[in-house]
Amino acid sequence: MADTTIPRNDTAARPGTAATRRPGRSPAAGSPRSRATAGSGRLAALLVSPTLLVLTIVVLYPTLMALDESLYGPKGLDPTTGFISTTEPFVGLKNYTDIFTQAGARFWNAFWNTTFFTVVTVSLETVIGVAMALIMHKAFRGRGLVRASILVPWAIPTAISGLLWKWIFNADGIANVLLGHQVLWTADGFSAKIAVVIADVWKTAPFIGLLVLAGLQVVPKEVYEAARLDGASARQQFWRITLPLVKPALLVAVLFRCLDALRMFDLPYILIGAQKGSVETLSMLAQNEASNVRFGPASAYAVLLFLYVFLIALAFVRLLGADLVGDVGGTGKSRPRRAGAARRRAQEVTA
Amino acid sequence: MKTSTARAIQCSAALAAAGLLLTACGSSGGSGSTQAAPATAFKGRGPITYVAGKDTTGTVQTIIDRWNKAHPKEKVTFIQLPTDADSQRQQMIQNAETKSDAYTVLATDVVWTSEFAAHQWIEPLPAQQFPLGRMLQPVVQTGTYRGRLYAVPASSNGGLLFYRTDLLKKAGITKPPTTWAQMTADCAEVLKLPEAKNMSCYAGQFQKYEGLTVNFAEAVNSAGGRITDANGKPDVDTPQAKKGLDFLVTSFKDGTIPKEAITYQEEDGRQAFQSGKLVFLNNWPYVYSLAQKSAIKGKFAVAPLPGLNGPGASSLGGSDLALSSFAKNKATALDFMKYFTSEESATYFLKNASLAPPYADLYDNAALDKQYPYLPDLKQSITKAVPRPRVVQYGDVTAAIQNEVYAALTGKKSSARALKDLQADLRKLTAQ
Repeated sequence: MADTTIPRNDTAARPGTAATRRPGRSPAAGSPRSRATAGSGRLAALLVSPTLLVLTIVVLYPTLMALDESLYGPKGLDPTTGFISTTEPFVGLKNYTDIFTQAGARFWNAFWNTTFFTVVTVSLETVIGVAMALIMHKAFRGRGLVRASILVPWAIPTAISGLLWKWIFNADGIANVLLGHQVLWTADGFSAKIAVVIADVWKTAPFIGLLVLAGLQVVPKEVYEAARLDGASARQQFWRITLPLVKPALLVAVLFRCLDALRMFDLPYILIGAQKGSVETLSMLAQNEASNVRFGPASAYAVLLFLYVFLIALAFVRLLGADLVGDVGGTGKSRPRRAGAARRRAQEVTA
Repeated sequence: MKTSTARAIQCSAALAAAGLLLTACGSSGGSGSTQAAPATAFKGRGPITYVAGKDTTGTVQTIIDRWNKAHPKEKVTFIQLPTDADSQRQQMIQNAETKSDAYTVLATDVVWTSEFAAHQWIEPLPAQQFPLGRMLQPVVQTGTYRGRLYAVPASSNGGLLFYRTDLLKKAGITKPPTTWAQMTADCAEVLKLPEAKNMSCYAGQFQKYEGLTVNFAEAVNSAGGRITDANGKPDVDTPQAKKGLDFLVTSFKDGTIPKEAITYQEEDGRQAFQSGKLVFLNNWPYVYSLAQKSAIKGKFAVAPLPGLNGPGASSLGGSDLALSSFAKNKATALDFMKYFTSEESATYFLKNASLAPPYADLYDNAALDKQYPYLPDLKQSITKAVPRPRVVQYGDVTAAIQNEVYAALTGKKSSARALKDLQADLRKLTAQ
């Protein structure tokens, strides 16, 4: 039963395929490919160049434009005509120094909020997502229905789910009815943070579930049979077999979620509202500046956020690469290739 | 920067061209500005769009349909934006910054005129082509920037005190309160009634958004204070302003305002009032016709807002029509604006959506007064209303107000501290 479903789901779960194929392939694929000649290297460069061109246009150019824009200040008001000037003055690094001095408190608050949301939501999503994947992987009647219903939240656009949860967290909403006492979720405060965490976990735990499910489906049944013969308990099977074998898929999923959570904007903005200190993220700061027609400072915030995301991604990829090698048992030769692949993926995501 | 210089050149070229074409149209706006802000060429006919917040009354489409029937080649498409004013403004700014022609006629909030005009996102309008003389003057003022007309009043708005006549009568109160103290006293009487179990006294809009600025301004103005003086300089750190803010702060503390009202926007308050949770509600007149279709039909009435020592001063609301500088078919747009702001349309909106008209004589119309017994109160409210600060940096000013007032209402700051900080913030923002 499980065997017949493997191929179909493998192709259906598109984001997971690359990650899940890797552990199966790794022992054979490692050595011959790394011996590349100079000629094939040139061919490779040629083949890769369209991708690089696209990346330059859609990633590098906007990034440089944002960097450039962040050196310009807001347009000034001409006191005689009463009109805002049409050009932006060059201010150098003033936008950045302002962020750390004048707007320092607000910036660090947003920074910690962003970090808090990332750590808390991704941790919860990982636990819940793995649980979901285990349930979805089990063979039982109505499995299709369960799988579909678990994936529904992921299919709903964030803005819509923000509005949905706004109703749920309304002062007279269902959340308060169920709780039996009134929590003002959408007011500024710690409860607003919790509301955002709940809504975000609800929405994106299925994403991790989906990737982990794809990872689970390539774990051969025989491994479990052998474990059972050896007398391993269900718990031991999970910790010693399931988890290590889905780890590559899980780590990629977690990395994706981290990068996504770091630039969280729409959910707190729609669910709780603008300028609420308890849920203001770095993206919201940038948006706030931009909406008040100060594109220079807005770009400065965006650049800082970019750097933050980039550093996290880089750190993560280093750890991820090391872990992959350590746990799947690859040879020393496969180390640079894996780390490279993971880094490349991380860069795509950052973009 | 390459792009911005290119933009600047294009822009000035366009301005010069417009100036050459239209020096003839000349003195449209009025005397204030001698600077060469060229009059606009209202050229081009064809389909346009009308951009406004979500129409909760369903009347805007009817008015547009009438226009479309009469002008099949110059159809107007209604683009609905979110209900909350902050999002509307942001979408309009986005449209202007990208110089998109997607939006033609903008229904702007009265407080945006200065900012939109200063950025030249909206066109100066030929004042003599609109019946401004027949409109209430404070309302017309909201559409001007530096003496020129940039937006035509389509509807006005003043806050009204909605109250439950049935409950007040049962509690033996014959007249609606005119002061805050009376209101809380009346409320205490009403809440003793068995029917008023679980009810709260009063609510307005206290979520952290534009509505909070409106309610704060009303409280301050109703206590004899002000946010900015006649020259636009901040003057909010005063004993009068403190009395106004203290009314809100203590009402939250002692439960006169239910604590969930900190999450209320207009619609939340309306729904709470309609479902019988509130005795008094401060809201715009649009609530009237909707509440008449609800469970409290015939059980409520309106009065001018109460104040510290007598009737209070409302914030001036309403919406003006402005013409996006980047739109096509401006001749059609100008005609549509005339049609949409005509007394006939205003009458329709008043009859069907209880939208306050900008026209003075509609308030004195006996037949309409019979349909809307609140019209005389509303006229008073609007003529006595105090506009929110009219500043170019309105987005920052209102954000500062919301920050400080919200901190005071949630008990994070004392009202004195909040006002002091607000004064400092506003001084920085208006210093340029």
